[in-house]
Amino acid sequence: MSVENIEREHIVSMRVENRSGVLARVAGLFSGRGYNIESLTVAPTLDPTISMMTIVTKGDDLIIEQILKQLNKLVEAISVIDLTERAYIDRDMAIIKVQTTPETRAEVFRIAEIFRARVIDSTNTMYTLEVTGTGRKVEAMIYQLQPIGIEELVRAGHIAVAREPYGEDTDIRSK
Amino acid sequence: MILNGSQILIEALKREGVDVIFGLPGGVVLKIFDELHQQSAIQVLLARHEQGVGHMAEGYAKATGKPGIALVTSGPGMTNIVTPLADAYMDSVPIIVFTGQVSTQLIGNDAFQEADNLGISRPCTKHNFLVRDVKDLSRTIREAFHIATTGRPGPVLVDIPKDVSMNTAEFEYPEEVNLRGYNPNREGDKTQVTRAAEAICQAKRPVIYVGGGAVFANAADEVKALAEIGNIPVDMTLMGLGIFPATHPLSLGMLGMHGSYTANMAIHHADLVIAVGSRFDDRVTGKTSEFCPKAKIIHIDIDPTSIRKVRDIEVHIPILGDVKTVLTELTQVLRVSIDGHKKNLRGPWWNQLREWMVQHPLAYSQSDDEAIKPQYVIDRLCRLTTDNDPIVATDVGQHQMWTAQYFKLEHPRRWLTSGGLGTMGFGFPAALGAQRAYPDRLVLCISGDGSFQMNLQELATAVLYKLPVKVAIINNHYHGMVRQWQDLFYEGRYASSHLFAIPDYVKLAEAYGAVGLRATTPSDVDVVIQEAVDTDGPVLMDFEVSQSENCYPMIPAGGANHEMLLEDPPHLSQAAKSLVRVSDDGDSVLTA
Ligand SMILES: Cc1cc2nc3c(=O)[nH]c(=O)nc-3n(C[C@H](O)[C@H](O)[C@H](O)COP(=O)(O)OP(=O)(O)OC[C@H]3O[C@@H](n4cnc5c(N)ncnc54)[C@H](O)[C@@H]3O)c2cc1C
Ligand SMILES: Cc1ncc(C[n+]2csc(CCOP(=O)(O)OP(=O)(O)O)c2C)c(N)n1
Repeated sequence: MSVENIEREHIVSMRVENRSGVLARVAGLFSGRGYNIESLTVAPTLDPTISMMTIVTKGDDLIIEQILKQLNKLVEAISVIDLTERAYIDRDMAIIKVQTTPETRAEVFRIAEIFRARVIDSTNTMYTLEVTGTGRKVEAMIYQLQPIGIEELVRAGHIAVAREPYGEDTDIRSK
Repeated sequence: MILNGSQILIEALKREGVDVIFGLPGGVVLKIFDELHQQSAIQVLLARHEQGVGHMAEGYAKATGKPGIALVTSGPGMTNIVTPLADAYMDSVPIIVFTGQVSTQLIGNDAFQEADNLGISRPCTKHNFLVRDVKDLSRTIREAFHIATTGRPGPVLVDIPKDVSMNTAEFEYPEEVNLRGYNPNREGDKTQVTRAAEAICQAKRPVIYVGGGAVFANAADEVKALAEIGNIPVDMTLMGLGIFPATHPLSLGMLGMHGSYTANMAIHHADLVIAVGSRFDDRVTGKTSEFCPKAKIIHIDIDPTSIRKVRDIEVHIPILGDVKTVLTELTQVLRVSIDGHKKNLRGPWWNQLREWMVQHPLAYSQSDDEAIKPQYVIDRLCRLTTDNDPIVATDVGQHQMWTAQYFKLEHPRRWLTSGGLGTMGFGFPAALGAQRAYPDRLVLCISGDGSFQMNLQELATAVLYKLPVKVAIINNHYHGMVRQWQDLFYEGRYASSHLFAIPDYVKLAEAYGAVGLRATTPSDVDVVIQEAVDTDGPVLMDFEVSQSENCYPMIPAGGANHEMLLEDPPHLSQAAKSLVRVSDDGDSVLTA
């Protein structure tokens, strides 16, 4: 097997038993073994006994292989998938408070429109915007708002799911 | 049947075939001890320190293959048993530790003797549980046993709050375990096994590198079959000692930092390394970038995380599965495919191996008029007790390495040592645990004066329960292994390695009601050993040995396996310069 030494970002999607302590096991594993965590989200699934964790981590092939094996080894891990190895859809979300003056209000509104962000709160001197999209899109919007003046910024961790296959004859990836 | 939590625990343990618990009581587990006190199916063996409790359970588990059971109280009871948990985790020892916890409604309130038992033990257990409801207790115990003993074995902690030990529930012991996230796989992949067999047939310089995993799998016969069918030399790790008879002509002994010259040269020059339940520990590989540079590697292991864990060491044929299952299949394939011709290919390899054995055998010298050599004591202990087929426990340090080198073990589960964590204080309680499992067998504990003092309080336990362990203290008045490193790498500055105050071990033994014996000259050695073996109860033998002896061969940290120090360098502080290097191109066999 050829091994790449290049560090890459990976999105790991994990189904775990919905019990207290599981998050601590996962977080402890990462810190104890010196692995990177870029972001981590946990949320319930339709099955109340199962939670879904989405972990964004970074490492070269060998490290990622170890991370996946170590996560799998946790007794409470039901399944572990490296989404980066397949087609997936991922989303980030941010809530951004932007300072506005009469001169900049329109510009902020325009940027929000471009990124399909919503204004969820508004005062005379502030817009609060909500944006979802790929990490890149969210970052691009933040980049454009920064010169205008970001007062506060909250970002949620990454969430992701595998794409459903298109079906035999429409799957362009297999052609 | 309606039972309280403590009774449920006892009933569950009986179902699991437990007949002894190593324990030490305290407030929140009083109910459990009280119930235990009123029955006789399970003995409670009271130790003097929770670290002793834990290592006893480990010794019991290592010697029998059955899980060792410990029961301690909350707070300090739990924190005292963290070292045995970490030890068992590193060395894959199946122990189940029951800890008391404050009552459920007090958890999180800094209650008296509260500790976060789950949080503290998480990184040093295979899994842990907090039982919040007595209804979950029996299922949890069933799961704990299943997890501790299957796949790669390991320690499991079950935390039982006080109210759970008192509340009642209907007792029912589940037959089945249903853990959807836990399914260790025993079968090796068939194609991989075939590929391994082909590689073995073609190899000219193969070596088996067998470790603890083969011991856990009870695969002594299968390892022997593999070696004999293929005429393959066997290197053992520290944890694998005993899995292959030390006196077998195919045995090269232990490899690694203090392994034999031939075992290390063999793995360095091999063209095929068959790793069997061993985990490429840094004490074995030395400098990883130069670890068996010419070899293809087959790795059989039940734990996926062990495979391809070490960055620089490529595994060409990984086989995920149980050693016994995989080797049974592999040897079946080999029996048909390997023939005399292929075996003969290995003639030159064996000539080379024999040459190395003759050039640099394990050796020490002992004359009558000098101080006792530690190696001599161990050598004599081995020879004088061979017929008893003893179980041998060690502590950590030079004496441990000399025992690994000179105590020739013929069978598995005779060897109790702390490898991964290297826990001083492990040996004596571990020996007691094994002796409890086998009251009629000879159990030896070879310890250092530093290590023995870490758990000597268990002399009381030995005397109380008439556990006739024979302890041999290799008394060099030093933390010998530390002194050795200071000799070699710190220009002889003995920072905190001299122990200065040395107790009178004979009197110490007597103070506890055990027998103490002392040897100060070489001629005393046999007499003391014989007397100890002939004594009924526990014996403490104090061997006053040479204080300056160092343990060789030694691969200095960061060295490759063929770069061994074989004796004290003329100027100790210049050790690095005098590494014995063996040239790769020296011999045509090695490049063939
Ligand atoms: C002072 C000191 C010096 C030391 N010097 C040396 C030395 O010179 N040489 C040396 O060898 N060690 C030495 N050690 C010990 C060393 O630190 C390691 O503990 C040891 O090398 C590990 O042994 P192992 O590879 O057999 O692995 P173990 O720790 O025994 O691990 C067993 C492996 O087998 C796998 N396994 C478990 N069950 C099964 C199964 N049923 N089927 C398949 N696989 C299974 C596990 O997943 C694991 O990967 C020293 C220790 C100390 C304290
Ligand atoms: C609990 C613990 N503390 C410290 C060490 C570090 N250490 C390793 S060997 C050693 C000295 C051991 O001395 P002794 O038991 O007398 O054995 P000797 O080396 O002299 O044979 C020490 C302090 C350890 N392994 N374990």
